[in-house]
Amino acid sequence: MKIKFNRSTIIFLVVAIALILIVEVLYRIRPGGAPLLNEFWYTLLRKGGVIAMVAIGLNLIYGFNGQFSLGQWGFYGMGAYAAADVTFRWTQMHTANGLTILFCVLLFIGLSMYGVSVLVKRVRGLDPLSAFALYLIGVFISAYLGVLVGGALAGPVTSLLSALPGALAKQIVFFIAILLAGGVTADVSYLIGLPVLTLGSDYFGIATLGFTMIVKVLLDNSDTILGFQEMKGARGMISIPYMSSWLWIGFFLLVIVVATRNLLNSSHGRALISVREDELAAKAMGIDVTAQKLLTFVIGSLFAGIAGGLYAHIDGFLHPSTFNFIKSFDPMIIVVFGGLGSISGTVVASFGWILVLEGVLRNVLPSGFESWRYVVYPILLLLMMLLRPSGLLGGFEFPFIKAVLPSLKHKPSTPPTPDTKTAAGD
Amino acid sequence: MNTPSLPLVKRIVQERWIGKGLLLLLMVGTLFYIGAKAVQSPQLFFQQLLNGLQLGFVYALIALGYTMIYGIVKLINFAHGDVFMVGAFVSYYAVSRFRLHLWLGSIIPNAPEALVLVIGTLTVMILSMIVCAVMAVTIERIAYKPLRNAPRISALITAIGVSFFLEYFGALPFVFTANYITYQSPFKVITWYINKGIHMMEPGTQVPPGSITFSSMFIIILVVSILLMAGLQFIVKRTKLGKAMRAVSYDKPTARLMGIKVDSIISYTFAIGASLAGAAGILYAIAYGQVSFIMGILPGLKAFVAAVLGGIGSIPGALVGALILGQVETMSSGYISTPMRDAIVFSVLILVLLVRPTGIFGEPEREKA
Repeated sequence: MKIKFNRSTIIFLVVAIALILIVEVLYRIRPGGAPLLNEFWYTLLRKGGVIAMVAIGLNLIYGFNGQFSLGQWGFYGMGAYAAADVTFRWTQMHTANGLTILFCVLLFIGLSMYGVSVLVKRVRGLDPLSAFALYLIGVFISAYLGVLVGGALAGPVTSLLSALPGALAKQIVFFIAILLAGGVTADVSYLIGLPVLTLGSDYFGIATLGFTMIVKVLLDNSDTILGFQEMKGARGMISIPYMSSWLWIGFFLLVIVVATRNLLNSSHGRALISVREDELAAKAMGIDVTAQKLLTFVIGSLFAGIAGGLYAHIDGFLHPSTFNFIKSFDPMIIVVFGGLGSISGTVVASFGWILVLEGVLRNVLPSGFESWRYVVYPILLLLMMLLRPSGLLGGFEFPFIKAVLPSLKHKPSTPPTPDTKTAAGD
Repeated sequence: MNTPSLPLVKRIVQERWIGKGLLLLLMVGTLFYIGAKAVQSPQLFFQQLLNGLQLGFVYALIALGYTMIYGIVKLINFAHGDVFMVGAFVSYYAVSRFRLHLWLGSIIPNAPEALVLVIGTLTVMILSMIVCAVMAVTIERIAYKPLRNAPRISALITAIGVSFFLEYFGALPFVFTANYITYQSPFKVITWYINKGIHMMEPGTQVPPGSITFSSMFIIILVVSILLMAGLQFIVKRTKLGKAMRAVSYDKPTARLMGIKVDSIISYTFAIGASLAGAAGILYAIAYGQVSFIMGILPGLKAFVAAVLGGIGSIPGALVGALILGQVETMSSGYISTPMRDAIVFSVLILVLLVRPTGIFGEPEREKA
């Protein structure tokens, strides 16, 4: 495979890496004790990066593939708790069993899903619900096996990791935990996406909203119903190690942006955009519409899981109310703010969202008026919808990404939902 | 009888028996579980049945607004739940600040107390219905109307924006405040219990074990919502306005060609839906005794789920969906697990959508080119 580096690619990578390094260096340089970039803004930047990953995932699902998903926030919460549990077990309980069990469970589930998918393809005319039932059976069996094998592997892996220097082992566990968080959400999104994606657009939205709701309720009862004592249910999970430096978040964000860009540049990318543009025409061209939708949904959720894992290690504290379904509109609002089908717009809007709402408005508004922030931002949202419905940045895109996007039939602001053209529903 | 006598693989696949079987197994298991528990203590079962009925009718009132608005503008009006909240707050202020429910008594000092309360409560209810209707029409005019021809997502995001605005504006200290407020009922709620005949509960006494309790609120909710729904059915089926509404929801451009003022019909729809939500707001507040700025979110969402469950756009569907949802909610909190209640409600929604993608009463989606 030949990798071409044209000018825009090099400029983009240099600028991105420079930004990542500059922020980290500014935070690390501490003349006279106080860092040049103070803790408050540093944390906001990190949260902005995390939100950007969630929003890119959603933009892939909604902006590029046209599936109105409100489940992104649920995947985010799921990833956060999964990663937090793994690192918590390593740092607080000095065992790698979270790591090994999760790894084995995910591996076995992946294998069984692959096996079932081969089986499902052979049996022609199997409806999604029956396929879902088969997948469910496979998942339960393989998850049980995974728990057994993972439990057996926990001892050796723990001693292996303990042999490494402590800081290095911690970073390794953290890195794997983030990837596993992405794996959890990818597996779950595959499982639920399979039947739910057959629903029409609004129904899909409501079903995914229901999913977010279910995740929140499960997290609320994680210590009683799920049986993870360390998650502490509605009291909130505490003493998660502070691991998400801006370096890690910047690295993952860069990887996700580049991966999204390359995905969109591939034949899969063109196929998934064609599904948004016209489902029937795409089908007529021989594109497996369901498979494309599923692929996009899984990748978008994977990004959300990774983002969740990183988020968990910023504050060292997780609470189920963070993953409330009301907040699940946030990524949707960000994506619309930044412009549907615009990666650059999404990234800029995510940072802007966090920095303006939590940073600038908090400092600008007089004290005692902090609660006005949430009154101001719906008004801004309404004004934007009325005055500039294509998003703040409209069709703007970094040259690096723009170069690879296929020319669109519609502008990125047009409704991606394939079935109904306008709000008037004519 | 369910399974064919010769279980051929092909037949199983073609008739979707694997998926159906899973669902049937789940359903039979749940029904068996609840049935067994119901036989063990019929009192608890009937108690939950009544609670579910009460909840279901409140949801139905909200769901009707959702379903009408969706039917006519294809918009999930997320602000509807907050209209419900405002309705509850209007009645709260009317009752506990302005004592509006006693206005007849202050005009005619020696009027019978019951008459004063009935007239007063009705006044409060009509007031909050009117306030809600005016608010919804204002929202529609300001926020939704300019976006009528914009992409659907714009209208949806706008609806979310309106909803957030109402909530957080309501949370400001000089509006509704961010606290839970105890709701003062305009009349005294009487509770009865059924235990070898119906007895009225004396204040300060314990209900004997093994009896089913219900309050006058239960009866009021049932009567009021059935009356309102009958009124709605009358409007939609028998009046010119209803005919116009049906025409607009069926085909907007043609309706306009037929001389129907589409914009004003849409406004009327919002007004009717919002007034039902306002009525639901006051009933909910009296029945559950608390108001707060976020009280609209969850009932609003569940009512929407009910509307989807029954088939969105269908008025009887909204009622049926809401009654099912009320039962699911109370039964799951009674028998399975109270904290998992919301999760179960949404799981039921997802399962129903998988079997019938357009809801129980919904028409199958037309294939769109």
